[in-house]
Amino acid sequence: MSERITRDEVTHVARLARLDLSDSEIDEFAHQLSDILDHAADIEALDVGDIEPTSHPLPMVNVFRADERRPSLDRDEVLAVAPAEQDGQFRVPPVLGEEQ
Amino acid sequence: MSARSIAADVASGARTAVSVLDEHLARVAARESELNAFNLVTEDTARAQAEAVDAAVAAGTTVGPLAGVPLALKDNMCTRGIPTTCSSRILEGWRPPYDATVVSRLADAGAVFVGKTNLDEFAMGSSTENSAFGPTRNPLDTGRVPGGSSGGSAAAVAADFASLAIGSDTGGSIRQPAAFCGIVGMKPTYGAVSRYGLIAFGSSLDQFGPFAKNVADAAALFDTIAGHDPLDSTSIADYTPNAVDHLDRGVEGLRVGVVRELAGGEGSVEGLSPDVLASTSEAIDALTAAGAHVEEVSVPSATLGLSAYYIVAPAEASSNLARYDGVRYGLRVDAATTGEMNTATRTAGFGAEVKRRIMLGTYALSAGYYDAFYGKALKVRTMMLRDFASVYENFDVLLTPTAPTTAFPFGERSADPMTMYVNDVCTIPSNLTGHPGISVPFGVGDDGLPVGVQVLAPALQDGLTFQVGAVLEAAANAGGAS
Repeated sequence: MSERITRDEVTHVARLARLDLSDSEIDEFAHQLSDILDHAADIEALDVGDIEPTSHPLPMVNVFRADERRPSLDRDEVLAVAPAEQDGQFRVPPVLGEEQ
Repeated sequence: MSARSIAADVASGARTAVSVLDEHLARVAARESELNAFNLVTEDTARAQAEAVDAAVAAGTTVGPLAGVPLALKDNMCTRGIPTTCSSRILEGWRPPYDATVVSRLADAGAVFVGKTNLDEFAMGSSTENSAFGPTRNPLDTGRVPGGSSGGSAAAVAADFASLAIGSDTGGSIRQPAAFCGIVGMKPTYGAVSRYGLIAFGSSLDQFGPFAKNVADAAALFDTIAGHDPLDSTSIADYTPNAVDHLDRGVEGLRVGVVRELAGGEGSVEGLSPDVLASTSEAIDALTAAGAHVEEVSVPSATLGLSAYYIVAPAEASSNLARYDGVRYGLRVDAATTGEMNTATRTAGFGAEVKRRIMLGTYALSAGYYDAFYGKALKVRTMMLRDFASVYENFDVLLTPTAPTTAFPFGERSADPMTMYVNDVCTIPSNLTGHPGISVPFGVGDDGLPVGVQVLAPALQDGLTFQVGAVLEAAANAGGAS
């Protein structure tokens, strides 16, 4: 039986998710994700017509607070747990020159 | 000994918080190597907290409602300066620069933090087998899982390492391990308890909630942690918890619906074990004997919950977990460019189940599939909200088993994701609808392990779950459960 999700799709999704998968992981995920989506066929097949979607369980509108200054996290404490920092900022490898 | 008795004894000076702590730490020393309930035992923090409580009592200062009560925190709760890992390599060694609001409230209430408990990595799992730091074992039978994802918290309470614990519940992660370990676990109404400092999995589903040995202790813990928090914009603005007030109200005249789709009736989901259904049936008898009107009801969309959940939760997770990029905290695997570093870090830092859910969620949200899966799943949430609202017009609470089976052996379900996911079939609906639910032990299965019965209530009616839970507990203790 052909899988619902192909190896190419798994590879594509992995790239979107910034994950590097081995060949065997690609096979495994193609199979497992297909299984899970097969189970979800009950909702895929459902006629939901004009039902409004619910993204949040309780009805809520925007929550505002007073525009007042208040303490934020201490910069030195935050940077102390960063993988790398320099001059009060997070330091990362070069961004330019990426392949994509 | 109950948490309330400990707090009363400590407040009156009958016992010291330090002596209570030492008793619990002695049990940790004796059994933790076997159970692995904790990622970290925070003995120094606990001792300092216990000493502060004792000093306050000696000085005649008023102490909090949980003064001197040993409590365990799930390791997805931010604790300032104390390692918080989510049982993931990607956060190993990270020390949050702030406390979760629930942690602050518990500290203010005088609780003593014994440790950070093990979980399925990022709370993704139903057995604690997905922890990067090894599984937790069920204290009642170490060949069995404690449930998950809050398996460490449930095991810590069941083994008396702590009198109380906090877990988080996204699809059943408090209620199912409570059932498996024979204790009480409760998922509050979405927005009743602050999520500030809860490391996000599925933001529209996640809630912190209490674990305890008995319903009254769980109610006291719920009342301590619930209530509005300006730091969480999804926190309900005018919520006043009053679970303890509900404990003695009984169920006389209460209308209880048994959800046939989740309790072995017509059109029921499959896989509900006969011994679990037998206990559920005894729970129905107990409520009837206590004066409740119990009837079978139909919630047709309840059977769609599992599919909707395994689209919505991974979708939200794939977005939430995008933050683990090696830039600001946690693991970084060095590489030539930032893009390569992001990928190398995530590939090395996440375990198999987390990758699977990120992949599933990314797929469900990607172009071409969004409408077919994620869009549909959100509409199913609306259908479920409508179905439950309609049932709650005629019923005060609903009853189902908590989980399809008792605690299962290690490895039995870890090979096939779908077999593991069906564990959550009875608990998931209330996460999708935001409603509260409690699991209370009621009887044992054919294997002698505890069965949990679940009581669901409408949004904001958290107190009702404890009210009915207390009646079930009394009946079970009186021998009404076999």
